[in-house]
Order: sequence, then structure tokens, then C-alpha cells
Amino acid sequence: MARTSTHMRHAAITVLAWGIALWMFFPILWMVLTGFKSEPDAISTPPHFFFSPTISSYQDVFARENYWHFATNSVVISAMATVVALLVSVPAAYAMAFLPGPRTRMTLLWMLSTRMLPSVGVLVPIYLLARATGLLDSRTGLIVIYMLTNLPITVWMLYTFFREVPVAILEAGRMDGATRWQEVTQVLMPLALPGIASTGLLSLILCWNETFWSLNLTSSIAAPLTTFIASFSSPEGLFFAKLSAASTLAVAPIMVFGWVSQKQLVRGLTFGAVK
Amino acid sequence: MATVELRNLRKTYLHEEIIKGVSLVIAEREFIVFVGPSGCGKSTLLRMIAGLEDISAGDLLIDGQRVNDTEPARRGLAMVFQSYALYPHMNVYRNMEFSLRLAGMPEAERRQRIGDVARILQLDPYLDHKPGQLSGGQRQRVAIGRAIVRNPRVFLFDEPLSNLDAALRGQMRVELASLHRRLGATTIYVTHDQVEAMTMADRIVVLNKGVVEQIGTPLELYHRPRNLFVARFMGSPPMNLLPVTINAQIPEGSVQVRTETLSVSIPTQQTGLEAGAPATLGIRPEHIRIDPQGAVQGVIEISERLGAVTLLHVRLPDGQMIVVQTGGDNADRADTPIRMTFEEEHCHLFDADGMALARSTDHPLLAGA
Ligand SMILES: Nc1ncnc2c1ncn2[C@@H]1O[C@H](COP(=O)(O)OP(=O)(O)OP(=O)(O)O)[C@@H](O)[C@H]1O
Ligand SMILES: [Mg+2]
Repeated sequence: MARTSTHMRHAAITVLAWGIALWMFFPILWMVLTGFKSEPDAISTPPHFFFSPTISSYQDVFARENYWHFATNSVVISAMATVVALLVSVPAAYAMAFLPGPRTRMTLLWMLSTRMLPSVGVLVPIYLLARATGLLDSRTGLIVIYMLTNLPITVWMLYTFFREVPVAILEAGRMDGATRWQEVTQVLMPLALPGIASTGLLSLILCWNETFWSLNLTSSIAAPLTTFIASFSSPEGLFFAKLSAASTLAVAPIMVFGWVSQKQLVRGLTFGAVK
Repeated sequence: MATVELRNLRKTYLHEEIIKGVSLVIAEREFIVFVGPSGCGKSTLLRMIAGLEDISAGDLLIDGQRVNDTEPARRGLAMVFQSYALYPHMNVYRNMEFSLRLAGMPEAERRQRIGDVARILQLDPYLDHKPGQLSGGQRQRVAIGRAIVRNPRVFLFDEPLSNLDAALRGQMRVELASLHRRLGATTIYVTHDQVEAMTMADRIVVLNKGVVEQIGTPLELYHRPRNLFVARFMGSPPMNLLPVTINAQIPEGSVQVRTETLSVSIPTQQTGLEAGAPATLGIRPEHIRIDPQGAVQGVIEISERLGAVTLLHVRLPDGQMIVVQTGGDNADRADTPIRMTFEEEHCHLFDADGMALARSTDHPLLAGA
């Protein structure tokens, strides 16, 4: 009896999980399919599940815009912003986790609270600052902005991962003669590597998908893939197939990347739970 | 090998004094044990010596040199942590090698040293295992090995055996003692287990709320506790303590004390005791004899047979419970009335402040100490 009901529950959970996964994945699937339709097929109602696939939208997209220019920008900006964010937040999280002061907790909460402010609230000052410093439409400008907006998240995540590392292990390192630098690089970092990796991955994904600042601060030179998509949405009305093709091209790299690093990501995000 | 000297060491955390002035001179090769109840400051004191905690006041000297502000690694100490604190990402060999590599020791010499230590601790077969693949006892050995390879001047242990089961703990206790004899290193060992303290220590430091209650050899503490705290803490089962009233001082170095139902004359060198003053009589379970002619009577409540000895929990007529240790062949059952004799020369007497009164007889092993 108990056995059967356990089986039933397992089956129900499996079905539910698949249901939710498909429901979440459907828009992406639809986008990919639409990219291979002709424009009339794309907007026909009721929608067609079966159609003769064409790559004409992709040809159009490649003909009109230089995809590789945007893709390179996305890669460079996301990667640089993530690297710099990690360089800043590893020492910060170390200090907060292992040398906490009376105000550490407040500082962490305050940092997180800055994420709650809508970006548009600081659009004017940031825009003016970027213009004054000559960082409009420059990769450096976006790298700085992305790095700063992700800092609260990366510091928080690393702080939580570091807190999981038993202090006695670091103390053992100190007793063994490790300098602060060696303690961090040879004892702490290897132990917290899954955590650092998933923090980096998350930052990468957030940078890749960031739209607000890229649209407002870049036009051509430094524009990443989010701008590339946007350029297909407005002016010529609704060309769904082309828009879908462009979107697919924009999200494909990060999706492949996420797929490959999936294991690492899950391991890092459940670091404490599994032990 | 080294001497360690603590001069009035103090530690304050946010206005609260945790260590309240501890002074101690540790001789070369000595095995010193800090004992005390949980929270008394044993670990804090050890960590101050290690350099993992700042010293708020006082001086710490190793080999006569003040090291208050010296980094942990430069004090020439090695520490074994309660949780072992092995590096989980390094195998056993690398764990032991870490400090040597940081110190810049050449590869060949490192290999030689680690090989020697692994042999002593029987770790050879596990050198390429990660700590996660080892049993508790093996991890413990690696932690000790990691301390030994450094060839430190002083070993520090913080409750190293408390995570092991009883059998393994007994075995490791013997191993540690023989290791100490072999290496002859000055050792400071923290435990709250008084059996470990009694069996391993050259001298024991009893701590209570950040204050030293008594320092002495195991037998000194056992037979000459300076106050009630030490009397209660050392010995298992603990000393029986009975509130008594001083009856009269008999001139030839002896005092008579009584409760409502019993009266004992205790040899003492203390003079000037006032009749009627309250005091505490202390007597260890093994110093109470079952004796049909005995002056003390009581009723057995529980009889604990441990095999070699039997512990009788006896209720006295005034309701007080005492523990009596007798031979393993004692056949008395619960509810049996018995008579006992307190061996007077083994009685302890504590005044109203809990301080021991001077005794006139002594344990034979302590003669002259
Ligand atoms: N970082 C700290 N901040 C404030 N108080 C502390 C800190 N570390 C220890 N204490 C306090 O100092 C006292 C002594 O602690 P310590 O760890 O030395 O006790 P212990 O004798 O080792 O106890 P145990 O046998 O439980 O290990 C405790 O009352 C503890 O609450
Ligand atoms: Mg402790």
C-alpha cells in the first residue's frame, strides 16, 4: 500500500515537473520555430505548427546587420564585467565573511537594497556622468555599469559560500604559515570554487541579458546583442519571423553556454545543501 | 624543545573578561592539560597561545622571548583542532606537505619527513586519499601528522579526541601518550574529560570562569584539591560532599565534625577552628568501607555493577545520597540497610568559603611533593 502511494506520488511529481518545464520552455520553442517560418506563416491565426521551414529570415537578418559585431560586444562586455566584479567581490566577501565588524550585516543589506531601485530612477544622472566622462557608446562604459549593478549580487553570493567554509580550516592554514594571500588563494578559493564559478556564471547571464542600460547608453560602436534584437522590433512594423530569428541568434550562445555549465551551476547553487 | 610562560594573560571580548589573569610556567617536554567545564575559556586560552586570538593584556613568552605580537606560524607551534580542520581538497600527503612547502623546504627533504611521520602514524597506505575518504580515527592521525612534520617547539591540542567513539578514544589516548614520550615535545592539551587529563598530563591546570583554580600533578589534584571546585571536578565518580558542623578541635591535630546522624574525627593540621562553624566534608567513594561495625548507616538505593568494582548509591538517614565503591563481588541489593566506615585519614574538609583545610596525612606517592 505505502509502496504504491509512494510510486503514485513520484509519478505525479514527475508529470508536474515536466509540465512546468515545458510551460516555461514553450515561448523559447515558439521563438525558434517562428524564426524558420515565412513572414505570412509567422502571423497567421490560428498559428501553424506544421509549415515548410525556410532560412530566409536568417539570411535577411545577416544581410541587414553585422551579427558578429554585436556578438563580440556581448561577449567582451559580459566577460570583462564578470571578471572585474569577481576581482572586487572576492576580497569584499572574504572580509565580510571572516573579519566581520559591527556594521557588516547592515552594509550587506544596504548593498542589496540598491538593487531594488528601478534603473530608470538613475537614468539621468548616469547618462550625464557617462557623457561627461566620454563613456557613452563605449564598451568600457557598459562594463563599468554592469560590474557595479551586479556587485551586490556577486558579493552576497560569495559571502554565503564563504560562510560555509569552516573557519578552522583557514586557521589551520594560518598556523601552517600561509600568508593572507596564500590563505585565500590556496585554501579558501579551492574550497569555494564551485561557489565562485556559479557566481561568475550568474553574473555572465545577467550581463548578457541586460537591456535597459545597453539601449540607453549605446547606439552602434559598443552595442551588444540586446540592442541587436531591439533594432528588429520597432521601425518596420511587425516582422515576427525576422525578429524571432534575431532573438534566437542572440540567446543561442548563452543558452549553449548555460547548457554546458549546467552541472557546475546546480552544484554551486546547492553547495550548502548537499555538502 | 621549548618552555612556555604565561604572565597574567587576559582576554576581553567587548567589555567582558573571558580570561582573567592566568599565569603559568611550562617546562621543556612537559605535557600540560587544561581542563574545566564548558565555556570556562580553555579554547580561548589555547588560541591566545597559538596566536589565533589577540592577547588583551599580559605577556606570552616562548623560550624566554615575548611573542604576543608574533604571527602564529612564527611562534613555532603546531595545533591539532577539534574538528581536525584538514584541507578537504588536498590528499593526505599534500595536507602534511602544505606547511613544509610554504616554508620553502626542498622536495626531497619534504618527502623524507612525510615518509617518516606516515610510518610512525601508520598512514602509509592512505597518502593519496582525500580526507573525505578516511575514517574519524585516520583523520585524527592525519591532523596529528600534519602537526608533527613541522617539528614544532610546542604542540597544541584542542579536544582532539572528542569526536571519536569511546573505544577509539581510549586507543588514541595511549597512542598520544607514547608519541609524546617518543618526541618529547612540550605539549598543551585542552579537554573537558578529566579521565584524559588524569591519564596523560604531567601537570593539570583546572580552569573555571577564566580563573585558574589549581595547578598540579594529577595525583596532587586528586588527593589534595585546593578547593571544592577542584574536589568536585576531578575524579569519577566524584567525591562525596556532605555539609557538616565543626564540633570541636581535639588538641592533637584532629578535628571532630558532625551532622545530625554521623560524627567523624578528621586529622588536620589546621588550628583555630571554631566549634559550630559550617564546613563541608569530602570523601571519595573508594575511601568508604562497608563495615558491619561501622558508625555510619544507610540504605542502598541503586547498585551499579561495573564488573571490577560496584558503585553503591546509598541514602543516609538524613536523606543525603553518597556513592560507595566496593569490590565487583559485592552482592548487596537495593533497599538493603548497610553500615559503613569513613576512612578518616582520607577525609577532606573545606571551610565555609570552599577552601580546603590543611591535611596531616598524605598519599604515599605524593610524599615530599
Ligand atoms: N568571539 C567571541 N566573542 C565573544 N565571546 C566569546 C567569543 N569566543 C568565545 N567567547 C566566550 O568565551 C568563553 C570561553 O569560551 P571558550 O570557547 O574558550 O570555552 P571552552 O572552555 O573552550 O569551552 P568548551 O569546552 O565548550 O569548548 C565563553 O563564555 C564564550 O561564550
Ligand atoms: Mg573549547
